[in-house]
Amino acid sequence: MVLSQDGAGGRHMTKLFTSAAAMALLAGAAFAQQDTITVGMQLEPPNLDPTGGAAAAIDEVTYANIFEGLTRFGPDGSIQPALASEWEVSEDGTVYTFTLRDGVVFHDGTTMDAEDVVFSLNRARAEDSTNAQKALFAGITDVEAVDPLTVKVTLAEPNGNFPFNMAWGDAVIVAEETIEQAATTPIGTGPFVFTEWVQGDHVTISRFDNYWGDPAALSTATFKFISDANAAFAAMMAGDVDVFPVFPAPELVSQFESDPRFEVIVGSTEGETILAMNNAQAPLDNVKVREAISHAINRQDIIDGAMFGFGTPIGTHFAPHNPDYVDLTGMSNYDPDAAKALLAEAGAEDLTLRMMLPPPTYARRGGEIIAAQLREVGIETEITNLEWAQWLEQVFKGKDFDLTIVSHTEPADINIYARPDYYFQYDNADFQTLIDNLGVESDPAKRTEMNKQAQTIIAEDFVNGYLFQLAKVGVANAKIEGLWENAPTQAIDLTDVRWTE
Amino acid sequence: MLRFAVTRFISLALSLLVASVVIFAVIEVIPGDPASYMLGMNASPEAVEALRERLGLNDSLPLRYVDWITGMLAGDFGQSYTYKVPVADLVAQRLWVSLPLAAYALILSTLIAIPIGLVAAAKRGSMTDYSIMGVTQLGIALPNFWFAMLLVLVFSVSLRWFAAGGFPGWDAGLWPGLKALTLPAVALALPQASILARVMRSALIDTLGQDYIRTARAKGLTRRQATVRHALRNALIPVLTIIGLQFSFLLAGAIIIENVFYLPGLGRLIFQGITQRDLIVVESLVMLLVFAVILVTFLVDIAYAAVDPRLRKR
Repeated sequence: MVLSQDGAGGRHMTKLFTSAAAMALLAGAAFAQQDTITVGMQLEPPNLDPTGGAAAAIDEVTYANIFEGLTRFGPDGSIQPALASEWEVSEDGTVYTFTLRDGVVFHDGTTMDAEDVVFSLNRARAEDSTNAQKALFAGITDVEAVDPLTVKVTLAEPNGNFPFNMAWGDAVIVAEETIEQAATTPIGTGPFVFTEWVQGDHVTISRFDNYWGDPAALSTATFKFISDANAAFAAMMAGDVDVFPVFPAPELVSQFESDPRFEVIVGSTEGETILAMNNAQAPLDNVKVREAISHAINRQDIIDGAMFGFGTPIGTHFAPHNPDYVDLTGMSNYDPDAAKALLAEAGAEDLTLRMMLPPPTYARRGGEIIAAQLREVGIETEITNLEWAQWLEQVFKGKDFDLTIVSHTEPADINIYARPDYYFQYDNADFQTLIDNLGVESDPAKRTEMNKQAQTIIAEDFVNGYLFQLAKVGVANAKIEGLWENAPTQAIDLTDVRWTE
Repeated sequence: MLRFAVTRFISLALSLLVASVVIFAVIEVIPGDPASYMLGMNASPEAVEALRERLGLNDSLPLRYVDWITGMLAGDFGQSYTYKVPVADLVAQRLWVSLPLAAYALILSTLIAIPIGLVAAAKRGSMTDYSIMGVTQLGIALPNFWFAMLLVLVFSVSLRWFAAGGFPGWDAGLWPGLKALTLPAVALALPQASILARVMRSALIDTLGQDYIRTARAKGLTRRQATVRHALRNALIPVLTIIGLQFSFLLAGAIIIENVFYLPGLGRLIFQGITQRDLIVVESLVMLLVFAVILVTFLVDIAYAAVDPRLRKR
């Protein structure tokens, strides 16, 4: 484009002059480092209260930036101390004693102490609680403030997962006086203070000077909401946005890879993407039919075709980066002949199945590829595209479906297979006992063993078609460092983010 | 004249009532529960139930309809389920983007269309006329979102004259605000200007063939004088009608352009409201837009009647 070359040339000239002038002016003065950032997000959070909604965007803005819990997820998914500097478990595993950090203040200047913890946990587990992850608090029988910096939590039975549960965004510590306005003006203890929210456009947060830990390097950060993938691309290219931690269009990523101004950050998420099957309904109540479908699927084709190569094949409902992961992809390898034989054996030829697809690209594009693969083995599919709200109503709540594709993004969520009323309706008493035992086991070696056993059981039962672990593909200005590579939880933690020059 | 205005007003009120019933019924019938959408896949049924109770979703439909209508009559549009702020505030914020954008686009389109249409009509049959007609045909055929992306590529990505999108808010000043709305307004104005120019041309050609123009010429006016003094004014009536229609279209119909430029306008608010099943936002907003359209029609009717006495007898 000749026009743009001319324009760019002219611009360089003026830029040269202005920067020369600026240098002259600044001579002798300290070189000021850029300390503001604009972060692009595809979806806007509906509100900013992480204890009152499940939308990922709420946690992305608030988690570790504005709000903190007793514990927190590290970038690698490990559980680290946050507002609690340490904790002890009683001999029988039912009493957790958290020691809180001294000198923690909320953004409104009030002190965070044991009473706030008691309030937060009791509020989350209350009868009329609207916490989206109420199950995290289910085992709590009592929360007691021993002294201003000590909290004792009593559980009905031992729960080795409790510190993990307390790291979720839904378990952050809030103050009684300010929680009612958290939806619009969140007040937490994190390194950033909420400054402004122009609904539909952006949220701004700025450095909190009285933060208990190391202060953030950035002075302000703006989260900008850009839902259209092409607009997101243009905004990055034009430099309006510095980083897009979860870039919405994998097909456009190669253009950033070839541009030295940008860095493409590919990591893993906790999202097991599965072809869920209705285990309670014929013909999918027959394990042979489910096995046949699993063999009819070519995972790599789906990853290449729907995700442009981003994603790791999985053979069970577990994240591959987890140390306890067992690679069971061989059990359901791509084998159309075996699939046909299994279908014949089950007497289930000429099948027509209904496939309900929610809006994300992995589902819509993946669904078309799977439909073609199933046709190869003689299974016809009727595809229906649904909005999320419809999907939740019809598939998730109404269980009115045969097949659907969805990514389960909660960390360590294999326990959903122990809920017979969960939408894919897998009912296996042995598995349920195993998960019950896992919940009360605190010995790491035994937990690993049980996790592996659980993965194997659901793979052997071919409960769902296990497709791939959703990748996190982010694009950032190459001069930014400190961003999370992986997404152990849905967060855009800006605590350690800084410009390198 | 007064009786005419009163009957028109009664029909306006009736239309609004019917619209409110239809809007409420249609939106409540769409499957999808706001509470389960908000709490997501891992939520316990008790938590969803508690939220439904808190949002008032467990009341009976007629009761909720009456609540909604009486609230609106009192100026209370309810509170958004997801944003947890009054719908009126949300709408007011968005109006400050959508209204100026619509006005900006309309002014641009009128400024472009009227002279072009005038020239085309005056030089009817000439090369100029044909090329104008060709260009406007192209302007109508081009999808505006595609044109918008082209504008972004040239003026934002390559030249960097404008931001690729977003809106800084009027607090940032008049110029930054107008600058942010410029590319979207141009993208919106192009097809509208093309339509308007064609309407202008044919209306003018129509009036130029009228007897009173011949009379005007006969009494000694030049062609130009006759066109400007007599033909133009009469030709403006259909043009004004189109401008009125375009304004209501631009106000609500900019959803795609708002997405391309990620502007926080009314169109995107409706869109978000629908996906999030924020029923109260969708209902109130659609109602408001219906009201705006009906009101514009009402005002246009009254204006016609004021101008043309023949219409009052109807």
